[in-house]
Amino acid sequence: MKIRAITAAVVLLAGLAGCGGQPASHNVTLRMTTWSNNEAHVKLFTEIAASYKQTHPDVTVRFDALPFESYTTTVTTQIAGGNPPDLAWVLENAAPDFVSSGALAPLDGAIENESDLTEAATKLWRQDGKLIAYPFSTSPFGVFVNTDLIKQLPEPWTWESAMAAAARSKGLVVRDFDYKNWDNLATIFQGWGAEAWSADGKTCGFNQPAMVDAMTFIHKSIFTDEAMPGPGTSADFFAGEAAMTVTQISRASLLKDAKFRWTLVPLPAGPKGEYSVIGQGGVGVLKKGKQADAAKDFLTFFTNAGNSAKLAQFFPPPRKSQLTAASLAKANPLLEPEQLQDVVINGIETGVVKPSHTSNAELSQTVRSALDPLWKPDADVPAVLNGVCTAIQPLL
Amino acid sequence: MRNRDSLTAYLFIAPQLAGTVAFVLVPLALVVWYSLHEWNVLADTFDFVGTENYRQLAADPKLPSVLGATALFSIGLVVLNLALALLLAVLLDQRLRGTTFFRVVFFSPVVVSLVAWTIVWGFMLQSNGGVNGLLDAVGIQGPNWLRSGGTAMASVIVVQVFKNVGLNMVLFLAALQGVPASLYDAARVDGATAWTTFRRITLPMISPTILLTSIITVVGSLQVFAQIAVLTQGGPGTSTTVLVYYLYQQAFQFHAFGYGSTLSVLLFLIVLVLTVFQWQMRRRWVFHEN
Repeated sequence: MKIRAITAAVVLLAGLAGCGGQPASHNVTLRMTTWSNNEAHVKLFTEIAASYKQTHPDVTVRFDALPFESYTTTVTTQIAGGNPPDLAWVLENAAPDFVSSGALAPLDGAIENESDLTEAATKLWRQDGKLIAYPFSTSPFGVFVNTDLIKQLPEPWTWESAMAAAARSKGLVVRDFDYKNWDNLATIFQGWGAEAWSADGKTCGFNQPAMVDAMTFIHKSIFTDEAMPGPGTSADFFAGEAAMTVTQISRASLLKDAKFRWTLVPLPAGPKGEYSVIGQGGVGVLKKGKQADAAKDFLTFFTNAGNSAKLAQFFPPPRKSQLTAASLAKANPLLEPEQLQDVVINGIETGVVKPSHTSNAELSQTVRSALDPLWKPDADVPAVLNGVCTAIQPLL
Repeated sequence: MRNRDSLTAYLFIAPQLAGTVAFVLVPLALVVWYSLHEWNVLADTFDFVGTENYRQLAADPKLPSVLGATALFSIGLVVLNLALALLLAVLLDQRLRGTTFFRVVFFSPVVVSLVAWTIVWGFMLQSNGGVNGLLDAVGIQGPNWLRSGGTAMASVIVVQVFKNVGLNMVLFLAALQGVPASLYDAARVDGATAWTTFRRITLPMISPTILLTSIITVVGSLQVFAQIAVLTQGGPGTSTTVLVYYLYQQAFQFHAFGYGSTLSVLLFLIVLVLTVFQWQMRRRWVFHEN
């Protein structure tokens, strides 16, 4: 009897505690996941959120910086756990999954002056013509050159001459490739006109002649000419350990206190001529978020022309009106106007986005595994690339 | 009175029981439930598919190589870890100067953060890293440890053995010191050699500890994750993609939570079967169980 009484009391107390609930109020806290905990970035986001709060005193925006390496995994896990962010940055390689799955709420009319956005920048982020996420960062790849090591850039500026110069000096590093993130090699193989898969995503491109030529060139540069550090060897351009590096212009911030002289030039021309490759980041509103309307309203503010201009100092904007050397130079003091024109503005206008596909993680992992045999001195390049196609065709 | 006693007993175990229910039994049941579903997190679909995931498991072309890598890792780790731990324990059980120092040295990796330990080894094992630097100094050209199939798995095993061998060593040391000296005295009087003494006295007397350490090491080896994630990400190819890493890829990287759960059920069954098997086998070879 006593036991029953105690149990009843406990259940009753627990029930009462549960009735407390949220205090009646209209305060809204929005959470935006990002992959940047760079102090300057966070300061700018917080300033934008603070100025939004002046007109929307009941809305607080919190920026939740997640580790870059596991970013998409963490966001997906949060969604699975029933705790989705209200707004999320999306990496370009996850764009097809996020855009096509219906995870993001369409941004109908939420972006001010949408016609100002360049077509190249928004292509990946649309579905059936509707903008699903806003590409807040459209960052072309360029080549940073240590001019203490390479005094005179070779003429003409082609991959052949660039690799020859790299071989004579301390080598060229495709940053973040590390023999795992193969999509960064698109910065080279696009010069041959090679594609990982066809535009409709259905046919493997790895065994096409252009890709075989490009990969043969890369293989030769690594193992014969030793112009690129081999697998398992680390070399950091920004620490002065390499003569050149292929990376996005946003990395210029790492050169603020550089102990060497440097310059930024566009990607070298490939056999198919000049080209450019861009990496992107988008920001969207999670449909499953509890405050999708409030989130959309904040996104309108976050991406308006004024804030876009502020964000431009770190993230090249998709707005045509802001893609001028003069406006970008104000935000990027480390770079010269002609570098911004050559690499950024021309790059965004003509750029091809790095490869992406639905089920990108599985596809990318399968390509990585199948490409592994290529990273040996005696590899049979066409055979390995055929193997890549055999492995990924069922996933396309 | 008896009721009162059992109530008290239940109250005492309640906190532990609540934790086990909330964090072990409920998730375990949920994983089995999820494994019967196709769960696409992004599209927000959760559809009952019955045994479809289990059929996919039976037909998964990657599964044989994953199970092979798991077995290779477990066998390599268990054999190397137990043999080395026992060897170190026997050596450090001698009454010699400096044994305390060496016990500390061999045990210290156990208290180092696993990820930090693995990251440092990752640098050491690079083709221009510390290990090859040492080999170079004596005129040997070392392989690219983490980038070729055979050496990658061996490297992951050795990194893990060095990390945890100290724990088993301490357990073996305690067991060795519990063997009555009178048994050794009797053996010496009978004229037994050192090897016979070890085989006929030491091994049987410490066999309960061998059972304990082998169960802990086998179960631990099946759960290896951080080392693979940091050192090889399952590569080169899929040569170091062990079961836990594969299920992590499926669930958290490829968003296939249903199939990932199915792989978890498989892992659970493997651990269960191996543990039951070892437990049953103890009567055969564990001294105190006879």
